[in-house]
This record gives sequence, C-alpha cells and structure tokens, in this order.
Amino acid sequence: MNPVLTIQNLILRRGGITVLDISELTVEEGRILALIGPNGAGKSTLLLTMAGLLKPDQGKLYYKGSPVDTNARRAHMRRSVSVVFQEPLLINTSVYNNIALGLKFRHFSKDEIKKNVDAALDYFGISSLAKRSAKTLSGGEARRVSLARAFALKPELILMDEAFSSLDPPTREALIDDLRHILKETEITAVLALHDREETLRLAQDVVVMAEGKIIQSGTTSQIFSHPESEFVANFVGTETILAGVVETNKEGHLEISINGKIIEAVGNFSAGDKIYCCLRPEIITVSPVTPGISSARNVLEAKVLKIVRQAYLYKVFLDCGFPLVAYITIPSCDDLGMCEHSFVAVSFKATAVHLMKRNK
Amino acid sequence: MELIVQGIIKAFELLISFDPEVMGITWLSLKISGTATFISLFIGVSTGTIVALTNFPGKKLVISLINTGMGLPPVVVGLFVTILIWRNGPLGFLDILYTPYAMIIAQAIIATPIVMGISLAAIQNLPPNLRLQILSLGASRLQMVWILVKESKLPLLAAVMAGFGGVISEVGASIMVGGNIKGYSRVLTTATVMETGKGNFDVAIALGIILLLLAFLVNLFLTQVQQRQQQR
Amino acid sequence: MKMFRSSKVILTLMTAVFLLVLGAANVFAAKQAPKQKNIILATTTSTQDTGLLDTLIPIFEKETGYFVKTIAVGSGQAMAMGQKGEADVLLVHSPDAEKKFMSEGNGVNRRLVMHNDFIIVGPASDPAKIKGLKSSAEALKSIAKANALFVSRGDNSGTHAKEKTLWKKAQIDAEGQKWYQQTGLGMGQTLNVAAEKKGYTLTDRGTYLSLKKNLGLNILVEGDAALLNIYHVIEVNAIKWPKVNVNGAKAFADFMVSKRTQNIIKTFGVKKYGSPLFFPDAGKKVENLGK
Repeated sequence: MNPVLTIQNLILRRGGITVLDISELTVEEGRILALIGPNGAGKSTLLLTMAGLLKPDQGKLYYKGSPVDTNARRAHMRRSVSVVFQEPLLINTSVYNNIALGLKFRHFSKDEIKKNVDAALDYFGISSLAKRSAKTLSGGEARRVSLARAFALKPELILMDEAFSSLDPPTREALIDDLRHILKETEITAVLALHDREETLRLAQDVVVMAEGKIIQSGTTSQIFSHPESEFVANFVGTETILAGVVETNKEGHLEISINGKIIEAVGNFSAGDKIYCCLRPEIITVSPVTPGISSARNVLEAKVLKIVRQAYLYKVFLDCGFPLVAYITIPSCDDLGMCEHSFVAVSFKATAVHLMKRNK
Repeated sequence: MELIVQGIIKAFELLISFDPEVMGITWLSLKISGTATFISLFIGVSTGTIVALTNFPGKKLVISLINTGMGLPPVVVGLFVTILIWRNGPLGFLDILYTPYAMIIAQAIIATPIVMGISLAAIQNLPPNLRLQILSLGASRLQMVWILVKESKLPLLAAVMAGFGGVISEVGASIMVGGNIKGYSRVLTTATVMETGKGNFDVAIALGIILLLLAFLVNLFLTQVQQRQQQR
Repeated sequence: MKMFRSSKVILTLMTAVFLLVLGAANVFAAKQAPKQKNIILATTTSTQDTGLLDTLIPIFEKETGYFVKTIAVGSGQAMAMGQKGEADVLLVHSPDAEKKFMSEGNGVNRRLVMHNDFIIVGPASDPAKIKGLKSSAEALKSIAKANALFVSRGDNSGTHAKEKTLWKKAQIDAEGQKWYQQTGLGMGQTLNVAAEKKGYTLTDRGTYLSLKKNLGLNILVEGDAALLNIYHVIEVNAIKWPKVNVNGAKAFADFMVSKRTQNIIKTFGVKKYGSPLFFPDAGKKVENLGK
C-alpha cells in the first residue's frame, strides 16, 4: 500500500487553543477514508490542513513521501488536491466557467479544459446545465457542480467536507450513489468528513473517529462499526444500546454477564469480575411474539414495549427487558406482531453479536 | 416666486444652448470628481480588500477608523489639505494649492474611506470559505483576490457611485483648496455658491439642475446594473 | 451572456474613466503655466462679484503670460493670506487694516487703484426715516433709535470693517442688539438677506448696482465722505516670504495702476448699469478723493 498523505505529531492552534492534535494518520492510495465525529471535533480543520490551506504549528505532513513544510510546497501540493466544502461556493458565472476555473489556474490548454469540463459535467449528469448561471441553480445542482469542479481537476486526492449536509433526502440519496460510483471508477483517493453514519457505511472503506481535535479510533469501516473501542465511538457509530455490566463467569470464552441483575450471554476475552460495556446494535436484535419458536439465539428475553417511534422506513422501538434496549423493526412486521405501547414481546440476539468493551468506572 | 420662474427659464436656456461657460464647468467637475473617484477606487478597493482578508492586531480599530472616515466632513479635509499644501506648509514645494490637482487630492481623500468601507464590508460578506476554495483550485494569492473582488462587484459598483456622488456634490473642500478660479478650478458646486452670492440666480439654478441631473444619471445607472444582476 | 455584458459595462466604465484622467491631465497641463508664472491674487469678493476681474485678468494674462489665481475672500482673510505668505498680491479695501498690515512689514508698495463708495440701502418704507440724510453716522443713529433691522456682513471683510468704523463714529454698540443681525456671508448674499427681511445694510455701490434688479432695496444714504470705499493693491513682502512670486506680484500691481487699466475701470459697467461701478484713482492721494 502506498500512502498518499501521512501526518505525524501534528498540532494546530487557533487563538492559543489547540484545535488539532493528531499523532499519526495515513491516507492510503485509492482508499476512501471517512472522518467522523461530533461538531467541533476538528474534521474540517483537519481537511483544510490536509489540503495545504492551513499551516500546522507543529508536526509533519508528508505528501507522497515528501514533506510539505514550506509555503511553496504547500502551494505545490494544493495543485494535486481538490477540496469540496460544505457550501457549493460557486462564483458568479456560468456552470461551465465555474468548472473550468481550477483548470485555468492550473494552466491547462483550452482543449484539455473543454475535454475535462465536459467529462466532469457528464459524470455528474449535469451536461444540460453547462450554460446556466451558477446563481440560478438549485441546492442539489449547485452541489453537483461543485463536485464536478473538484473532479475536473483530475486530482490525486480529493477532500470533501460534509458535502451532503444541506441536501434534501432524495437529492442526497442520488448524489451519494453517483459519488460512490464515480469514486470507484476514477480510483481517486478520497477523504470525506461526514456526520451521518449511513453515509459513512455507504461510502467509506476506512474510518477515523475524531473528538476534540484528536483521533479516538481508526480502522476499516467494519472494524469501527462492529468493534468500537469506547463508549464514545460506540455511541457515535450508532450502537443504540450500551449497557454497563459485570462478568459473572467465563467458561472457555463463553461469558455470563450480569446487567441490572439480568444475565445475558456473550463471547469475549474477559475474566469473572471484569467491569464491561455490552454493545447491542439494533440490527442484531430480533423481535418476535411472546412464545418464541426454536431459536439459535442464546439470549431470549421478555420485554415490555415502552415507545414506538416512526422513522423513515422503520419503527424504532424502545423496550424494557430488565434493562433498556432499542430495536428497529419493519412496518409490516410491526403490524404482524400487533405491537403497541405497553404490549409484551420477546427479544433475542446471538451471544456472538454482543460487542464487549472494557469499562473503567 | 417670479425670480424662481425666471431663474428656471434662464437655466433651461443656458442648458439648451450649451452655454460654453456652464458646459466647461460641468466638464471640469466631471473630470476632477471622476479622477478623484478613480484614485479612491484603487486605494479604497485594494486597502479595503487587504484589511478584510488579513488578520492583524488592532484590526477592529482600523475598521472603525475606516467607518468613521466614511463620514469625513469635507471642510475638515479641505482645511487639512490646505494647511499641508500651502506654500509654507510641509508639502508646499509641490505648489499645487488652488489647482485642480489639489481638488483631486482633497476629493480623493473624501471618497477613499467611502470606497474602502464599502469594499471592506463587501469582501467580508463573502462566504468565509470562498477564498480557501479558490486557493484550493490552484489560484495564486493575486488570482484569489481578483476573483473575490469580481464576486463583490455589485457592492463595489455601489461604492464607486457613493464615492463619486459624495465628491461631485461636495463644496467645502473644493472651494478651499481649489479657490474657485474661473475656467481653471471652478466646478459646479463652487460656481453655484458664487453665483448665488452674486445674485445670478439663473446661472446658479442652471448649475444646480445639472448637478441634480448628474446625481440622477449616476443613480439610474446604478439601479439599472443592480436590477440586471438581480434578474439572473 | 448577462455576466459577460455586465463585465463589459465595467470594463467600458473603467476605460472611460481612464481616458478621462488622461484627458484631464492634458487639459490641466495645457492650462498650467510654468510654476513661477502663477500669481495668487487674494482679493475681496466685490471685485469678483461685479465682474471687474473677469474683464481685467484675461487682458493681463494675455499681455504677460502670467496665470492669475484669483481667490475671492473678504479683505480681512485676503490680508491674513498675505500675512502668511500664501498670496502674492492683494487687492483690498480696508484701509485701516491695510495700514496695520503694512506697518508689520507684510507688504510692500501699497498703491491706490480705485474707489467707489459705500451706500446705506434699505426698504422703500424706510422705517427709520434716514432717506436723504447726509451723514452716515446720523443715519445709523436713527436706525438704532427706531430699532429697525440692520443686516451686517459680520465676516471681517472690508465692508464689515467700514461698517464697524461707522458704528464707532455714531457711538453705538450695535453688536448684540436685537435689531442687529450678522450673516457671515458675502455682499451679494447679505443684500439678499436684507431684501428678504426688509432690513437696512451697508453695501458697496458696485455690488448693489449689479444686483439691484432683484432686490427691491433703495439707496437711502450716499455721498458722505466717510462712505468712501477705497481699493489698494499691495505686493506681499518677498523678503519675509521667499516663496512669493515677487515679479508676478509687481507686474500685476503695475498693471492695475497702468493707464490702460485705469481707463477700463473708468468705463466698466457703464453700459450695463448706466453708471460706472468704480472710479480710477491711480496716482492720486487718498485725502483728495470724493472732492
């Protein structure tokens, strides 16, 4: 694997406050990396630093193995990188000229500019907008233009800062699909700051979780989502249920864990008496009528329905089975179960699906 | 009342007949105020842009100074310019008191903070990430600034018009540093004051009408451009 | 396309302004005579407002190649400019202040140029009944007694200085009285104020004659020797102020007292107003004026 961008011991301060403190971060060639974390975690700042638009106070940034430590080298790196900001930031001219702008700055010939702009317009399905004034575009169209502008430069690395945040859901869906397709096809290395875990799952191969300017955990997308190392990451990647428990017994890796007096089974490498967190992702939980048939699940519990909340395509169900639990069920199965608030259901989940984390407090 | 009617009739006679003296005064006004505005455009837009785009200690103070300067009383400017450039003043060697050049300088000093303040606000009102976006597209700093200036061209146009409107209708500084010399530094406003003093109300009214007409044309042009931009 | 058009507008505008600047520079360059050719003439408003200087100066400029910058202010301010060396030559009408100016060494070669006279004008109704009085001091006393409105220049001009002398002579402290108002404006504007408010005022005859048609004010007192309005030309002392254009100042002063100029002064305004506005006096003695 070839690293495109490497960061070592980087510190960036603003007004005396440390806003970025990254000990190590590598972006591998051809990979799509998502930066996730709450607002103010430093995702945008990190992106701008990676783009050579902010100067770190300490530490090193390597672009394809060579250090980027002078203004000249930063300016040089800027010309191999494209940045897409949260807002489309189009200038007051035609769509075509907007996309051609960066190519002009980078001294492409007229023919090349036309070729690249046309290709980029085509990629994002906006060829018909070429002559429109940028000020007349809808939000989704403007967003596509700003992405086309970034891709037209044929960058080695593309950096995107919450590029879908202000779009309505159908527009966003379509754009995410297109973007995934284009990234796959062009094989351009990408770093995306995202705040939506669904976007992250759909687009990213690698994930870096950030908080307060620091990296909390990094790894492949599946590692992060299924094996968060802390309550913070678990929460952030959408583990709805995180329960504090104590390991009661360990029989060759099969654990019995006590949560609020209820015993559940799980698999892991902990000893009796260890304090742990049990992470129960909603997608591992099965909800069924109260008398269940034969299930391979070791954990079968009776639960009272506390609340049902309608979400886009699913119901989010808040349950009480001695400890709080959140599950998602489809709308038809909710009807089949005849579920309503205060009714009782059975919940089950596999012991192997329970993710355990060490708990210090 | 009769005086006013007579004055207005005479004024239109002077206008329609393209009276050479009135035309000369009008043309000189346009040249002096146009040049002053042009100078203030360069200084004002560039300084305003620099102040808007850079961070330095005391920036807030500088901005409030500029905003105060937008309301510089012309007579005060006239007074200080006079003191600076009179023969025995620090810039006396230039020998430009009572010349159109002195008027251009004074008017440029009046117009520059106006242009500067408006361009400063215009550049500050652009989305904060826009300059980073432009830089990241591969622009040099100069190219970036040029794009930002182009992006705020509508408020900048307003700045030019405000500056021009301010100086062409200004009388205090012009009469102090220009001296209202016939055929040389006599402009619409100073001539209006003088003709009123002499009781030549017809000429004064004619000059006043021209001044109003110029102000109207300037605003008409500005409104046109503004409307056109909004239609996009 | 619209974008294109508006940048074109801006471009055209900028080009136009640029050409304007070039043009302006050319015109100014053409008008701008060599530096030492500039003469700053500080003078009273009456010489400009009557149009006398507009007649004389082009002749002088054509004859000598000098370029005269006429700064028309009050006599007081004109002398203040001379006192600072900011003018080369003065044409003023405030004899007492002029004497002080000379005694302080600010000027050289003070020469009598011309005179006209001051008159007291007022509304036809003449509430203070001063019409026909021979003594200006008597007239002012009557005005004060009748509490009739008197409008003063109040601007330290030659006219204002004369007016103050007259009040002193009449032994009246007019300033601060209810019926006494100061405009702080030039003669023409002060006459207009007096006309509007139906008040009395002291004016030079020349300015009055040139404005008469619009005013509705009548001449009530004239011919008093105390009402003489005498103009002198003074060259600013170049020893005190080395930057003064000494040759230009002398040339202009010489021109003002030259025979030809004096003849022009003699007939100036006759055609328009039916009587001369100024009486040429070059070479005469002040004591003999008005006799």
